[in-house]
Amino acid sequence: MRYNVPSPLETRIISQRFDLPNSASIDTYLANDGYVALRKAIGMAPEAIIDELRASSLRGRGGAGFPTGMKWSFVPRNTGRPSYIICNSDESEPCTCKDRLLMENDPQQLIEGMLIAGWTIQSSKGYIFIRGEYRYQIEIMERAIAEAYERGYLGKNVLGTGWDFDLYTHSGAGAYECGEETALLESLEGKRGVPRLKPPFPAVAGAFQSPTILNNTETLSTVPVIIRMGGADYAALGTPKNGGTRLMCVSGHVNKPGVYELPLGFPLMRLINDVCGGMRNRKKLKAVIPGGSSAPVLKAEECDIPLDFDSIAKAKSMAGSGGILVLDEDTDMVAVALRTIKFYAHESCGWCIPCREGTTWLKKVLTRFHDGGGRSSDIDLIAELANNMLGRTFCALGDAAAMPTAAFVAKFRDEFEAYLKRSSAAVEPELAVV
Amino acid sequence: MTFSPALEERFAKLLTSYPPGRQRSAVVPMLLYAQDEIGHVSQELVEEVACRCGVTPLQVDEVIGYYSMLHRKPLGKYHVQVCTNISCQVVGGEDLYGHAARTLGIGNKQVTPDGLISLEEVECMGACSWAPAIQINYDFHHFVTRERFDQLIQALRDGTYQETA
Repeated sequence: MRYNVPSPLETRIISQRFDLPNSASIDTYLANDGYVALRKAIGMAPEAIIDELRASSLRGRGGAGFPTGMKWSFVPRNTGRPSYIICNSDESEPCTCKDRLLMENDPQQLIEGMLIAGWTIQSSKGYIFIRGEYRYQIEIMERAIAEAYERGYLGKNVLGTGWDFDLYTHSGAGAYECGEETALLESLEGKRGVPRLKPPFPAVAGAFQSPTILNNTETLSTVPVIIRMGGADYAALGTPKNGGTRLMCVSGHVNKPGVYELPLGFPLMRLINDVCGGMRNRKKLKAVIPGGSSAPVLKAEECDIPLDFDSIAKAKSMAGSGGILVLDEDTDMVAVALRTIKFYAHESCGWCIPCREGTTWLKKVLTRFHDGGGRSSDIDLIAELANNMLGRTFCALGDAAAMPTAAFVAKFRDEFEAYLKRSSAAVEPELAVV
Repeated sequence: MTFSPALEERFAKLLTSYPPGRQRSAVVPMLLYAQDEIGHVSQELVEEVACRCGVTPLQVDEVIGYYSMLHRKPLGKYHVQVCTNISCQVVGGEDLYGHAARTLGIGNKQVTPDGLISLEEVECMGACSWAPAIQINYDFHHFVTRERFDQLIQALRDGTYQETA
C-alpha cells in the first residue's frame, strides 16, 4: 500500500511494482522481472557480481553512503567458515520511512537481493533485522519468505545449484542504536545493542564473529535491479560516484509530503517545488534537514543543490538516510533543536562517556533555554559541548547528535538570541534576583 | 509457563533460526512476542525465556532495560503511541500528544483505570512523510488530527476498533 500519490517526475526502478495489485505476492513479482537477476547472478562469478556493483556506483542507503561493491569485496570468501547476509531493516533515523514501504510493497525484491548477496559469498544463512514496531512488516516478510521457500528460491538446493540458503526475520524491540551495524550484530546475538570496536569490521568478523555482508534494506533491494540492467546503465541514472535512484522521504511543510523515487543528483528545490507541490500555505522556505535528523540543517539560501552524497557533503551536511525535512518560515528552530537532542539523549546507549554525558547535558541546557531560563553564555556552551563531542565518541551516534546541534546554533543564532531576550523580558526584575 | 499454540510454534522456530549454540539470539524477539500475549514482561517470563534459551535470568534481565518496547508493568489492552519526533513535531505531533494526554487523563506510559488504553510519547516510528502519526498496538495511523484521534479512541472504547491483523 502507498500512503501518498506518486509523482510523474519519479524514476521508478526499485518502486516499479509498488502500485501493482497484490504487489507483495510472489506471483506478481515473478510476472514482473522477479528472480531474473538471481538466475543471471548464478551464472556469474562472484567477482563479476561485485564488479557490476562497483560499476553501478551504488552507495549504502542506510546513512553512511559507503560504496556497496567495495563493502562486498572486503568479505573473505572460501574460508570454510560460515558466513552471513544481514539486512538492516531497523529503520529508525528520524525523517526516514522508506524501508517500511520496500517491505510492505515488494518483499520479494529484498529477498532476491539477499539471495544474490548470499550467492556471491556462498553464505547459507541470512537474517532480516526489523525494528520491533514494524510487526506487520515482519509478518509480510515472513509470508514472502514462506512463498519463496515453496517456489524453490530459498532452502535446500536453490534453483538446482546445489547451494542452500535459509532466511529468517529477527525482531528488534525498540532501540535506535541498533541501526548502527555493530550494535545491530550485538542485538542479533541477544545482548544490549552497544557498538563494537572496529576493526575488525563486520565484513571479516560480523554476525556470530563470522564474515558478513550487512546492508540497508534499500541497498539490498536495489541489487536485483543492478544485476538485471547492468551496473553501468544503473549508474547512468544518477551522477558520477552517485549511481542510480533512491527513495527520498519528504516530510514537513510541503503540500505533498511523501516517499518519491528520484535519481541521485535531483535538485532539492525541484523536489520541494515540483514533486512536492511547493510550500504549504504559501509560506517561505526557512530550512531543510536533508538526510535524516543527524544531518546538519541547511538554510534556505543553501538549498539550491543537487541531492547526491557528494553535493550535500560539499554543502557541509549529508545525504544520510534520504529523509528530507522541509521547514517553513514559522518554524521554531530552538524547539526543533531541543526535540532533536532529546531524541539522541534518549537513544544514546550509554556505552561511552562523551555521548552519554554530552547528549544529556545538551538536552539539559537546551531545555532550560527553551523553557525561558536561558543565560547568554548558554549559546556558546551548547556549541562548545557539541563541538567537544565530535569525533570523540565510540560510534557515530555522538556525531549524529553533535553535528545537527552545532549547525542549529551556528546557522540560527539569531533565534537563540531572540529566545534569550524574550525570556529576560518576561522575568520580573525582583524575581530574577531570587 | 504455557503459551498459546501459535506462540509456542513461533518460539520453536526462533530457537532453530540461529546457529548451533547461539540460542541467546532468540531472547529479545521471544520477550517481545510473549509480552504481546501476556501483557508485560513478568519475572516468571524472564525465567522462562532464560530457561528456554539456555542463558541466566540475569542475561535476560539486562536486555529488558535497554529496549524501549519491553515493559515490566502491564500496558493497556491498546497501547497508543504518539510520535513527537521532528517530522511529526513540525506538523502538530506535540499538540496531538498533549491532546491525547488531556483526553485520556493519563500521562506518559500510564494506563487508564479500566486498563483499556495506555499512552506513550515515542520516538520516530517510520511514518514521517505521513505525519503526524500514531500507532495503536502495531497499527499505523497517518495524518492524525485531534478529531481523528478522538474517533479512534471512541472506537477503542466502543469495541468497534478493528486491528489490521
